[in-house]
Amino acid sequence: MIVETGHYALVLALALALVNSILPVWGSIARDRRLMAVAPPVALMGFGLVAYAYVALTTAHVVSDFSLVNVVENSHSAKPLIYKITGVWGNHEGSMLLWVLVLSLFAAAVALFSRSMPQDLRANVLAVQSWIAAAFLLFILLTSNPFARLAEAPAEGNDLNPLLQDPGLAIHPPLLYLGYVGLSITYSFAAAALISGRIDAVFARFVRPWTLIAWISLTLGIAMGSYWAYYTLGWGGFWFWDPVENASLMPWLAATALLHCTAVMEKREALKIWTIFLSILAFSLSLVGTFLVRSGVLTSVHAFASDPTRGVFILLILVIFIGGSFALFALRAGGLKQGGLFAPVSREGALVLNNLLLTTCCATVFIGTLYPLALEAVTGEKISVGAPFFNLTFVPLFIPLFILMPFGQLLPWKRGDLAGVAQRLTVAFGAGLIFMALLAAWRGGPAVSVILSGVALYVLAGSFVDLGRRLFGGDISASIVSQRVRCLPRHAFGTAFAHAGLGVTLLGLAATGWGAEKIISLKPGERVEIGPYELTFESVVPGNGPNYSELVGRTVIGAKGAVVATIEPATRFYPARGMNRSEAGIATLGFGQVYMSIADVAANGVVNARIFWKPLVSLIWIGALVMAFGGCLSLSDRSFRVGIARRARKAQVPSPQPAE
Amino acid sequence: MTRRKRRLVLIASALAALGLALGLVLLALRDNIVFFYGPSELAQKTLHEGQRLRIGGLVKQGSLVREGESTMRFAVTDTKQEVEVTYSGVLPDLFREGQGVVAEGTLGKDKIFHADSILAKHDERYMPREVADALKKQGLWREGAEAASIGK
Repeated sequence: MIVETGHYALVLALALALVNSILPVWGSIARDRRLMAVAPPVALMGFGLVAYAYVALTTAHVVSDFSLVNVVENSHSAKPLIYKITGVWGNHEGSMLLWVLVLSLFAAAVALFSRSMPQDLRANVLAVQSWIAAAFLLFILLTSNPFARLAEAPAEGNDLNPLLQDPGLAIHPPLLYLGYVGLSITYSFAAAALISGRIDAVFARFVRPWTLIAWISLTLGIAMGSYWAYYTLGWGGFWFWDPVENASLMPWLAATALLHCTAVMEKREALKIWTIFLSILAFSLSLVGTFLVRSGVLTSVHAFASDPTRGVFILLILVIFIGGSFALFALRAGGLKQGGLFAPVSREGALVLNNLLLTTCCATVFIGTLYPLALEAVTGEKISVGAPFFNLTFVPLFIPLFILMPFGQLLPWKRGDLAGVAQRLTVAFGAGLIFMALLAAWRGGPAVSVILSGVALYVLAGSFVDLGRRLFGGDISASIVSQRVRCLPRHAFGTAFAHAGLGVTLLGLAATGWGAEKIISLKPGERVEIGPYELTFESVVPGNGPNYSELVGRTVIGAKGAVVATIEPATRFYPARGMNRSEAGIATLGFGQVYMSIADVAANGVVNARIFWKPLVSLIWIGALVMAFGGCLSLSDRSFRVGIARRARKAQVPSPQPAE
Repeated sequence: MTRRKRRLVLIASALAALGLALGLVLLALRDNIVFFYGPSELAQKTLHEGQRLRIGGLVKQGSLVREGESTMRFAVTDTKQEVEVTYSGVLPDLFREGQGVVAEGTLGKDKIFHADSILAKHDERYMPREVADALKKQGLWREGAEAASIGK
């Protein structure tokens, strides 16, 4: 019964989305306040209905209602509860439903928190958001109905792919979708601004917090996904330049560019056209990503051609939304007046350069991802474009970005002095060079790692130079510093931390060059050295999980004769799907990790093992956390608040900052 | 600096960045892409020495032989032709005889393929797409062995 009501709620949500697609726009054209006022409550109701449908599907998964195709194909009664809940988005239909849920969540958030926005702008933003919602609801209802029933319910389900039965999957897709789909808001803002023809600093101010929220989620989502791949695939790699990964990297690059150029637009009213362009581009890349992942085109161009309904439907959505918005952009962009002037050497100039490099990086990833598909579709030749391609294109473009980043932070608006800035960065340069020299003397190893580590430390130090000067410059005492900490806008801290996070990640990436890898077969009791550690493989112990059986290879890690950790790499067998999955044993020692995965357990206890020593590897993900932390600091800044204009109007008397 | 000059600087830097990117992409595409062949296609191709490529097909039943500690040898077949493959390392969890596999490496003069990585991905229902296509060409494709989507 609840399943039918869930399905019905989706249909109702579609109807509401259609209403909200038309009435508010009509209202804004006819200047009818009552029609425009329809948008927020309808958006809230739409969210309520989609949320209800989502809860209905989750309930069906939790109670193992095997009369649902979706539950049969992706669940099993013995599956732990947490994976019954997360399994809802571990499949195509459920994941599309989550997509729409996040989409309507953002619409509801705009309806609730952006009361201070001009009414016509808000009405149009919600209308555009409803267009997207309507398109994807239609997609779900017509091609990917999660509520489809079976005439004869089987007694047991097929279980979820074991690789997806993992805590990583619980967090990764929702975060990724918050970012991916969150960019729809910036898209809607851009389209609404183009429709109403009002593109100014106010627009940038309203768009910034939403971009930042999406960016933070996307950063965390990508990092989480990378860590998940790292420990579940058992290969020790954390980034494979796989099209699915690239699909999330491209919107991240565009969103990062957008984040920086909205700053220029807000402060200086410059780069308006470019900001609008990036807002559209960022979400367009999210749509391209959705198409790549959800249409089946990656599995096979031919599979896509033989069962075209889903793929063609998403392709159609893609063409309409990307084509339509760029057409609107082309129509309106000519009429925009350029804003504030600036010299090439200035904060604006640096941010332009940042945008240029980020968008070209994005373009190379785009080519690397789509070229094989295009080539196969046209000539039938199959190629794979992997890490070597991206190392040669993406990396050389990203390195200048690292070098320039601290400069951008220190350059003043309008007109800057490059030599002066370089002088202030002496500390950072020095730190980087000394670090490089020390590493070269002490560790040696690959030159690339040494150089990149130096760059990383330079970025790390350079990120805090500006903050340091503002906090500790001149005549200081403890009370002055603490006062300055309170007075300095939070986004100054945010920028410093976000940039420093990138430095931390780079350091983790650079250190991979000092890692060690061994692939050997181990007898029980055998010892093996890896990096600075000595591993003793003790024995293989059988065990049982809720829906799997496993063989655990107990291994003790020692250093200089003392035991420092025990790891338990395992191979698990999931009978429901007849599938094996390895569970890597990972010990985090300092910032480095010893990583071990086992396979081919023989009857006499001999295993084939893959063992890695990965120094500083955890910094890769810690860096992403630091970046997101910086983003959150910025988000808590007064000028970034979603409802700031409203609060300022209400509170004439200075009031303490509400905690958020 | 005049508005016009400023715009020129902007456009020039944009073109420089794009030009650099284009150059890098072309360079990378010339040397760093890896072609994929099935055993039958491989038999027809002439390759220059040391060229990296991927081959894919089914692991021939009964062909897996372990030679020493972690070196193994097996045959990849598309039921018409087959290629001998050697590989040192840990095979992925889903590597089985009779299942699809993709190997990356180089073809030696002895016509033995020296693989340095073996891909057999994610799911027993998942077939590397090149293998699926090759099998479809041979008419060996069973429906229902369709790839499972992965919720990533």
